[in-house]
Amino acid sequence: MSPEIRARQITHRMALLALLALLAAAAFLLLNARGSWDFLLPFRGRKLAALAVVAVAIALSTVVFQTVTQNRILTPAIMGFDALYVLIQTGLVFGLGAGRVSALDARLVFGLELGAMVVFALLLFRWMFGPAARNLHLLMLVGIVLGTLFRSIAGFLQRIIDPDSFTVLQDRLFASFNAVDPGLLTLSALIVAGLALILWRLVPELDVLALGREAAVGLGVPQERLVLGLLVIVTLLVALSTALVGPVTFLGLLVANLAYLLLPTGRHAVLLPAAALIALITLIGGQALLERVLHYDTALAVVVEFAGGLVFILLVIRGVAR
Amino acid sequence: MIEVEGVERRYDGVAVLSEVTLSLPKGGLTAIIGPNGAGKSTLLSVMGRLQKPDAGRVTLEGMHLAQAPGRAVAKKLAMLRQDNHTAARLTVRDLVAFGRYPHCRGNPGPEDQAQIDRALAILGLEPLADRFLDQLSGGQRQRAHIAMVLAQDTGCILLDEPLNNLDISHAVRIITLVREAAQALGKTVVVVLHDINMAAAHCDRIVVMKGGRILRHGTPAELMQADFLSAVYETPISVHELAGRLVAVY
Amino acid sequence: MPEPHSPRPSSQQPGPAARLLFPLALGLTLAMGLASLFVGVSSVSPTLLWAEGGTGPATEVFLTSRLPRTLALALAGTGLALAGLVLQVLVRNRFVEPSTVGTTESASLGILLVMLLAPGLPVPGRMAVAAGFGLAGTGLFLLVLRAVPQRSALMVPLIGLLLSGVIGAVTTFIAYRTDMLQSLGAWSTGDFSVVLQGRYELLWIVAGLTLVSALFADQITVAGLGRDMAIGLGVNHRAVRALGLVLVALLSAAVIVTVGIVPFLGLVVPNVVSLLMGDNLRRTLPVVCLTGAALVMACDIVGRLVVRPYEMPIGLTMGIVGSAAFLWLLTRRRGHVA
Repeated sequence: MSPEIRARQITHRMALLALLALLAAAAFLLLNARGSWDFLLPFRGRKLAALAVVAVAIALSTVVFQTVTQNRILTPAIMGFDALYVLIQTGLVFGLGAGRVSALDARLVFGLELGAMVVFALLLFRWMFGPAARNLHLLMLVGIVLGTLFRSIAGFLQRIIDPDSFTVLQDRLFASFNAVDPGLLTLSALIVAGLALILWRLVPELDVLALGREAAVGLGVPQERLVLGLLVIVTLLVALSTALVGPVTFLGLLVANLAYLLLPTGRHAVLLPAAALIALITLIGGQALLERVLHYDTALAVVVEFAGGLVFILLVIRGVAR
Repeated sequence: MIEVEGVERRYDGVAVLSEVTLSLPKGGLTAIIGPNGAGKSTLLSVMGRLQKPDAGRVTLEGMHLAQAPGRAVAKKLAMLRQDNHTAARLTVRDLVAFGRYPHCRGNPGPEDQAQIDRALAILGLEPLADRFLDQLSGGQRQRAHIAMVLAQDTGCILLDEPLNNLDISHAVRIITLVREAAQALGKTVVVVLHDINMAAAHCDRIVVMKGGRILRHGTPAELMQADFLSAVYETPISVHELAGRLVAVY
Repeated sequence: MPEPHSPRPSSQQPGPAARLLFPLALGLTLAMGLASLFVGVSSVSPTLLWAEGGTGPATEVFLTSRLPRTLALALAGTGLALAGLVLQVLVRNRFVEPSTVGTTESASLGILLVMLLAPGLPVPGRMAVAAGFGLAGTGLFLLVLRAVPQRSALMVPLIGLLLSGVIGAVTTFIAYRTDMLQSLGAWSTGDFSVVLQGRYELLWIVAGLTLVSALFADQITVAGLGRDMAIGLGVNHRAVRALGLVLVALLSAAVIVTVGIVPFLGLVVPNVVSLLMGDNLRRTLPVVCLTGAALVMACDIVGRLVVRPYEMPIGLTMGIVGSAAFLWLLTRRRGHVA
């Protein structure tokens, strides 16, 4: 295939993805509209915005993380963040009781979660990047094992809280796009946009990093500092999306691998927006389908985890994700 | 010129390089040879600042490599490692274009394009330029990586066993090309080689290493001596003159 | 290439220390067993039992609760440590065990499905289903492993944990839709406080499986050296590998069905034993089994003591002890793992 044809193919596919994302958004806003538009549009608009912020954050963080770790089947989301979120929520319900937790200021809880996750990640990075070792696989494994620790403690607490509180907790543990505070949404959108801008400026460095550590050092990229900086950005994105709606673990894997599959290029100037668009289509389109067409009221995240995980495994076995 | 001063490197307390001091003048092709485990690749990695020495330092034209900013070094020194597997799905042209990163930060201008085309042409990669790396044979991939290093257009080039995976015709072509680059363009080229005869036939200088130390450093004529080589490789080796060349037979 | 399992040469170790390990492990297991029999909320002591002379409240507690619980602990510890050991030899990676390769999560999924679709199925049937799912999950893991190039030994457990996460998401989805989430959490957390006479006997299957493993110890060791080596030595690589995986699935399923999930035990015990006495299965197997039993009993006793009069389930104590030990193993010699 000549480079011109390939370039045109990439342009076409990007345009198609953008179109699909727009269609998904339109379907989500307009389908099955019953009642007053004045009420419906702002309500649905807010939910759409929450979905969009989370989709972009997850897509960007996964692609960047996979470039940094040089592999396509890992995701930052399994590095203990989800478990920490579960532990914080369980601890709150256990310590304060379901009633008082529901009455808490959403911003306070959001800040607490975001802060705890960022501090956790920074401590982890500091420790792992301390003496000599810069082994990202080790870093991930330590994160996951710490996650098991958090989950063990949370599991114990969940056993001894009363069933009513557990019902409240259960709903808080799954990602939910319904009850996002508008103030928080604006703040998160701004942070995600800022981080996306930084990543956009780092696109050439990301392209070089994908060649591997040694090639990157050879080409004069400040490898260690850059990797640390990128990991901090990834952490912020994952923590933000988790604190906003709850843990979404496997969506990132799915969209990143679909992006690699649809757009055969190593250029991050293409991969980053493509993954973001696919995430938007999946989340918004999925929500529109579930809510408007199937009238299904399960938390979308549970379905996304289920379907995303399965499709991802299929991709791996078929040898597509490498 | 590149200077290695008192470099030491240890893994878990075991010295892989001890007190290595080496001074190479500007221009010319230098081969590093020696038995397995001599520390050849480690020395090259330290010279190419992929590994930091535990003691000592490496300077390139007075620039302290471990401290100088990465992109400034990358404009003067290019390095190719032994095994290059790339996870990213890239075409040959994409890969070679990365050699221009230190100069243009991912925004190639006409000058960069010219360098890329020249590197592709030198290695005979034009017909393969738009193929993906994972569609190539081992030797073709090796040539693509060498082209990337050439595109980087640096005064100093370090190559770790560049003839691996190459058949005789490509191996001779590449070593000839490297020698021409060293002679005609005044580049300082250092290669790790396994084949003593290849080193003797094409290089201006040979550095012989063993056990993490430099044993000798000199011209092929000075070093192609039967007793010396036999002792280094702990194998009986004789040296003969054949068609005007010194050839080791083992 | 992944770092090979790199069996530690056994010639290095068998100094006096290694030879002392077996009696040491045996002594430790017996001591823990005794402690487990006589530690708990209601007081039971040898003198009290002697005084009651065969019938009485203390004897009742001893026979229906303490003795079964102690036996269950010893059997479960043996089974999990053994499952981890066999898996590590076969996959040729030090960081695998049933809960890091998807066996445990798959078996849980099987149990959940039984509870939903055939709640009346007797316990052995439940175990068979769990073992079948566990085996399928392990097979899926091996399939994924083959499809993904691994450049580091740490990728193997990462892939396994990822796969476990995906299977866990499926389980959670089903439990969420059917309102089984809290009960899923309750039975899947390993807990021995529910073990009474008549509710643990299935675990005796572990004893039989241990015997089978011991009989095939040499073959499993050779199969762990790789396909080519196994063929060269005349061992049927496929068959032994399959046998090993079935053993692992059965052992995990038996423990999960009776007491729930006990994370990381199968990882920690074989690694520590391997550090001390190398990797020859025939010699390490008894020590691994005994140490596994002793560790589970120790964790259970600690769980009985720290929050008296309540109990901490073993899933939690082992989650903490196991995570800490796993972290230690991971970071012990950083330079080498990569």
